[in-house]
Amino acid sequence: MTLPMVALLLVFAYVPILGNVIAFQDYSPFIGIRDSPWAGMRQFERVMTDPTFWNAVKNTLVITAFQLVFYFPIPIALAILLNSILSEKVRTVIQSIVYLPHFFSWVVVVSVFHQILGGAGLLSQFTREFGLGAVDVMTNPDTFLFLITSQVVWKDAGWGIIVFLAALNAIDPALYESAAMDGAGKWRRIWHITLPGMRAVIVLLLILNLGNALTVGFEQLILQRDAVGAGRAEVLDTFVYYTGVQNGDWSYAAAAGLLKGVVSMILVLGANKLAHLFGEAGVYQKA
Amino acid sequence: MSTSIGPGPSHTSVPVRQGVATGTVADAARTPRKRRRSSRPVWDEDPSVVAQGSKGIVLVLICLAVLVPLYTIVLTSLSSQAAITRAGGLVLIPDELTVDAYRQVLSGGIVTRAVLVSLGVTSVGTAISVTVSVLAAYGLSRPGSLFHTPILFLMLGTMFFGAGMIPMYLLVSALGMIDSYWALILPTAVSAFNIVIMRGFFQGIDPGIIESARIDGASEWRILFQMVLPMSKAVVAVVALFYAVGYWNAFFNAVLYINDAAKQPLQVVLRSFVLQGVSVPGQVDVGSGQIATLAVQMAVMVIALVPVVIVYPFIQRHFKTGVMIGAVKG
Repeated sequence: MTLPMVALLLVFAYVPILGNVIAFQDYSPFIGIRDSPWAGMRQFERVMTDPTFWNAVKNTLVITAFQLVFYFPIPIALAILLNSILSEKVRTVIQSIVYLPHFFSWVVVVSVFHQILGGAGLLSQFTREFGLGAVDVMTNPDTFLFLITSQVVWKDAGWGIIVFLAALNAIDPALYESAAMDGAGKWRRIWHITLPGMRAVIVLLLILNLGNALTVGFEQLILQRDAVGAGRAEVLDTFVYYTGVQNGDWSYAAAAGLLKGVVSMILVLGANKLAHLFGEAGVYQKA
Repeated sequence: MSTSIGPGPSHTSVPVRQGVATGTVADAARTPRKRRRSSRPVWDEDPSVVAQGSKGIVLVLICLAVLVPLYTIVLTSLSSQAAITRAGGLVLIPDELTVDAYRQVLSGGIVTRAVLVSLGVTSVGTAISVTVSVLAAYGLSRPGSLFHTPILFLMLGTMFFGAGMIPMYLLVSALGMIDSYWALILPTAVSAFNIVIMRGFFQGIDPGIIESARIDGASEWRILFQMVLPMSKAVVAVVALFYAVGYWNAFFNAVLYINDAAKQPLQVVLRSFVLQGVSVPGQVDVGSGQIATLAVQMAVMVIALVPVVIVYPFIQRHFKTGVMIGAVKG
């Protein structure tokens, strides 16, 4: 029964791994993989000495770090807030509303922001009315980090609470009662019961995030790269796309992509090791 | 912002003390994880008016942040050019309503075609993905199936690495799938994540039921289709939604694999209209000549949203922790 899946995975997940050999070649699509001349490690040397590559690395890491600080805690706070609502009905309505944007495409989300914050958007309509002139957040490189982070918050913070709500549900209510009996106020109960109760999930997600440190919303960034400029908005994945598919420097782009893939895999496996060290279940368990 | 633990205040006028007499604490103790108390337990102090008020305000603001942009986009797509000019852009207060923009966009031309492409890719893709995933998840939920462990690792491996964009592109073009709709389906047809969710659900089914069916002579196929699937409607629905939304929303693989402008799916067309400001080729001279460009843009956006918003409520009730917990545990 697993045969169709195995066939699809072999062809579309495993065979292309072999295609990475072009990172060690001077690949030309007209000659083909078989006859393209070998280049040894030359492509990798080019990558390592390319300032635009390092700029992409820097942007990627800055975005990851920024979102770790300004996005990651929001679903946790939101879950605690939502969990504190007594009325089942109100809770369900709010949940339905905040989950929704997760199912919108990045094109739609960026378009929504374009209409609200862009040069001809809703915000500018107001500022013009008050004689302040148009405000265009969409093309300002200085606010780019805030822009993309607020897009991620708008799209995914609501959906992100789902795992935390599950963790909150699993906390024994008797703990709260005995803490209250001992005189712990609301905030102290959050600090001493709620947050420790969510610890396993928080650590797990934090580690998954670390493993994905080199992958930041690719579709989100490629949609906005040209508006803001490559200086701030070029990340590793967009770098690979522009050097390879757009400029036809296939072997070079494949080398950069392979480098990213290998480092990412080490990060994921290392992060998972880290999870085991912390005594958490991690992403996979040892069989 | 004030948050309180467990059962706290809500911003609606819930009678706070009412449930105490009906013994909700005892209820909670009996079924601690299933049912939530719907009123404040005795030991929990009442929140201050300020705390309750600020919490309500925060929640209302969060909901408005999601709903107001959608509202103004839908309203603008339904407004006449005159109304849009009067508003100076997006319309917030209903003025002159008309469905001209939709009539224009859906009367043939590039958007109509893109909608059909997206609908086709989404339905064919979802059918393939769900079929493959159900079969694989069931196979992998039965220990002792042929090559069980290697196949499991083969699948889980895809969660840890990807081949990379350039090799994928070379493969798709080597297979002659550039400008073929199959390029939008087959490379993303299998999601290990979705199979893991399903497999977790199948594993939760009482093995005794399956065992007794087998003793009665039912084949694996029969067990899957007549016993397991009818019990697993929720998880199949959720996974189908995940796949369908994935296909409907996919944007970049079309940029990569589809060069023919006539074959572009809706998301790509939406980008060129709204974000790149391309006019609507082949549609400008349709009808009476008055073109509400902004309304047309917003109409395309609404069309891209509608299928998601229609399907969402039917699936949303299955997003209970039961289905999702499998995903978290892996």
